Amino acid sequence: MKNHTIALDHGSGGLLSHELTEKIMLPAFDNPVLSRLDDSAVIESQKGRMAFSTDSFVVDPLFFPGGNIGDLAVNGTVNDIAMSGAVPLYLSAGLIIEEGFAVRDLETIIASMAAAARQAGVSIVAGDTKVVPPGAADKLFINTSGVGWIDGDLEINAANARAGDCVLLSGTMADHGMTILNQREGLSFDADVKSDSAALNGLVARMLSVAPDGIRVLRDPTRGGVATALNEIALASGTGIQINESSLPVRKSVSGLCELLGIDPLYAANEGKLIAIVDRACADAVLTALRQDPLGTDACIIGQVTADHPGRVVMETAIGGRRIVDMLTGGQLPRIC
Amino acid sequence: MEHTHHYRDGRLCRRLAEQIASMCAEDIRIMEVCGTHTVSAFRHGIRTLLPRSLSLISGPGCPVCVTDQAELDAFIEIANMPDTILATFGDLMRVPATGSSLQKEKAKGKDIRMVYSTMDALDLARANPERQVVFAGVGFETTAPTIAASILAAHAESLRNYSVYCAHKRVPPALDALMHLSGIEIQGFLLPGHVSVIIGEQAYAAFFEKHRIPCVIAGFEPADMLYGIGRLAEMIASGTPGLENAYGRAVSEQGNLRARQVMDRVFETTDALWRGLGRIADSGLAIGEEFADFDAARRFCVNVRPAAAPAGCACGEVLTGRCLPPQCPLYAGVCTPAHPVGPCMVSSEGTCAAYWKYNRLSDGWGK
Ligand code: SF4
Repeated sequence: MKNHTIALDHGSGGLLSHELTEKIMLPAFDNPVLSRLDDSAVIESQKGRMAFSTDSFVVDPLFFPGGNIGDLAVNGTVNDIAMSGAVPLYLSAGLIIEEGFAVRDLETIIASMAAAARQAGVSIVAGDTKVVPPGAADKLFINTSGVGWIDGDLEINAANARAGDCVLLSGTMADHGMTILNQREGLSFDADVKSDSAALNGLVARMLSVAPDGIRVLRDPTRGGVATALNEIALASGTGIQINESSLPVRKSVSGLCELLGIDPLYAANEGKLIAIVDRACADAVLTALRQDPLGTDACIIGQVTADHPGRVVMETAIGGRRIVDMLTGGQLPRIC
Repeated sequence: MEHTHHYRDGRLCRRLAEQIASMCAEDIRIMEVCGTHTVSAFRHGIRTLLPRSLSLISGPGCPVCVTDQAELDAFIEIANMPDTILATFGDLMRVPATGSSLQKEKAKGKDIRMVYSTMDALDLARANPERQVVFAGVGFETTAPTIAASILAAHAESLRNYSVYCAHKRVPPALDALMHLSGIEIQGFLLPGHVSVIIGEQAYAAFFEKHRIPCVIAGFEPADMLYGIGRLAEMIASGTPGLENAYGRAVSEQGNLRARQVMDRVFETTDALWRGLGRIADSGLAIGEEFADFDAARRFCVNVRPAAAPAGCACGEVLTGRCLPPQCPLYAGVCTPAHPVGPCMVSSEGTCAAYWKYNRLSDGWGK
């Protein structure tokens, strides 16, 4: 493109918009449905029930170690769909760009979206771009929506947890949230931390292949972290959840940063991890399957579902005490995803 | 962070807890003075390891919580002055003042900025020369040196648009005031770690000589706290009170001399108002004559009018160990972290917030 920055005309629907689509979006997302450039994407229906999800991404900064807003936006929606046990297939992407945004940055972000979509095996089949005057949006916001199909009569949802089930976590906590915090103005501690942004549908497929009937609940613990996701499961299922502090995986550098900033890693965001509530009988098989995947090498069992304290999450602390692990109330830093 | 693992060693902590239990034949009441201790005790489950005969009572150690209603109202008044930026640490934002809070004022469009340090507030002043930047100075001796340093820096570069509204407080006079309250029946004090890093063990000597009550300075890791509690239990059981520093790796006899010098240069002691304890002689830090120009209260003639605490809120009693949060009629029903009535439910170090967050099961752990 000739221009170095995005102008209002790029979102006008006129020539410049066309150029943006032709030069940046189409080559990157390259798929026959999108290339038709019709008003809506027409896709073949699949067998089974459909899962449908949407999410908006306003992360600040746009670029961070381990990824950028582009791959985050694709992985986020892919993961939301995958957590119902569905196979995600198609995504839409809506961009709101602040006038003056660098074209080169946009190209980088679109390339990341395309790469993330390829990696996850999904196609971005519909899109829209709007440009707003300076100050009306901060640099770039992305909304993605997506659909996927659930095979057979698979029922994976938060209400399914039962006393006796095991609670699995697919890897270390707090990597994404602490990366963003570390990048933020005023918090530039020198620490080697990196976002875990990744698509989890491959991991889910692996788990389902070894325990098609044993996976009761899947959640990706994004905003609010593992603590909030577990509380939602406890509330939805009317069970209690008990976790062990000493089995919670946190990378050393991340845990150091958490200490420094006074942040509990249980509440920090993850963008490439899942919590699975699994029938005890299949827990070992699922754990082994998780660990065979590069995204699940640090997977472990962090606790169990119990009939005690329904609706609450209780932790056995590292020193052998007990305490409630509550939902997050306020105090969280905004715009982490 | 290797070193912290040692102080969180499960076996060590359980052994310390067993030792404590062996010394608690009779009921004893220990006050942890510092809010960070309160939170650490809950967060690590320390209370659940202690014998039922030992009660750990939270004290007036959360700076936001002890700030008097009149001072909270003064911050609102400052935020409403024209061409003014009020800079504050985040924990003050949601604390209910009379009919408002800084967060509500910010939502109304008042320029209130959350900063991570006083140096950020100085930067704000440098970047906005046409506006007045006022820092809301709330805290104990822990943060007072950084406030003093910001005033010295502003003085050195003749930064005319920076000032501090100083509501800073000193811990030792509050301990003395507690001893004169009836009905608290405290037998030992777990003294704050961070404050003591600055003021040193010597700062408590006069208090100890006067009252001869067991006092132990402790760190914040589980093993630190359990060791400190154990020392107190032993002194109480044997009837041999002492003033002891169990946080030697961070706290010295004299404290941080440079920080104390900076404080002495900028501040003078003054009477201060504490929620729950009222007016305590010499318990506050006021900006001294030499730096009067940087005192927001004088620069803007801020009107501090006596103000009543929120109706029905027992924070004053909670902060002095005369009431446990669950005994406040508003606790958990009307007053929750999402809809706080008093400061103790807002602040991350508030006693009510800690009880609500970590201790809402009915089996009565932590008493
Ligand atoms: S529960 Fe609320 S109203 Fe009661 S003392 Fe605590 S903060 Fe005040």
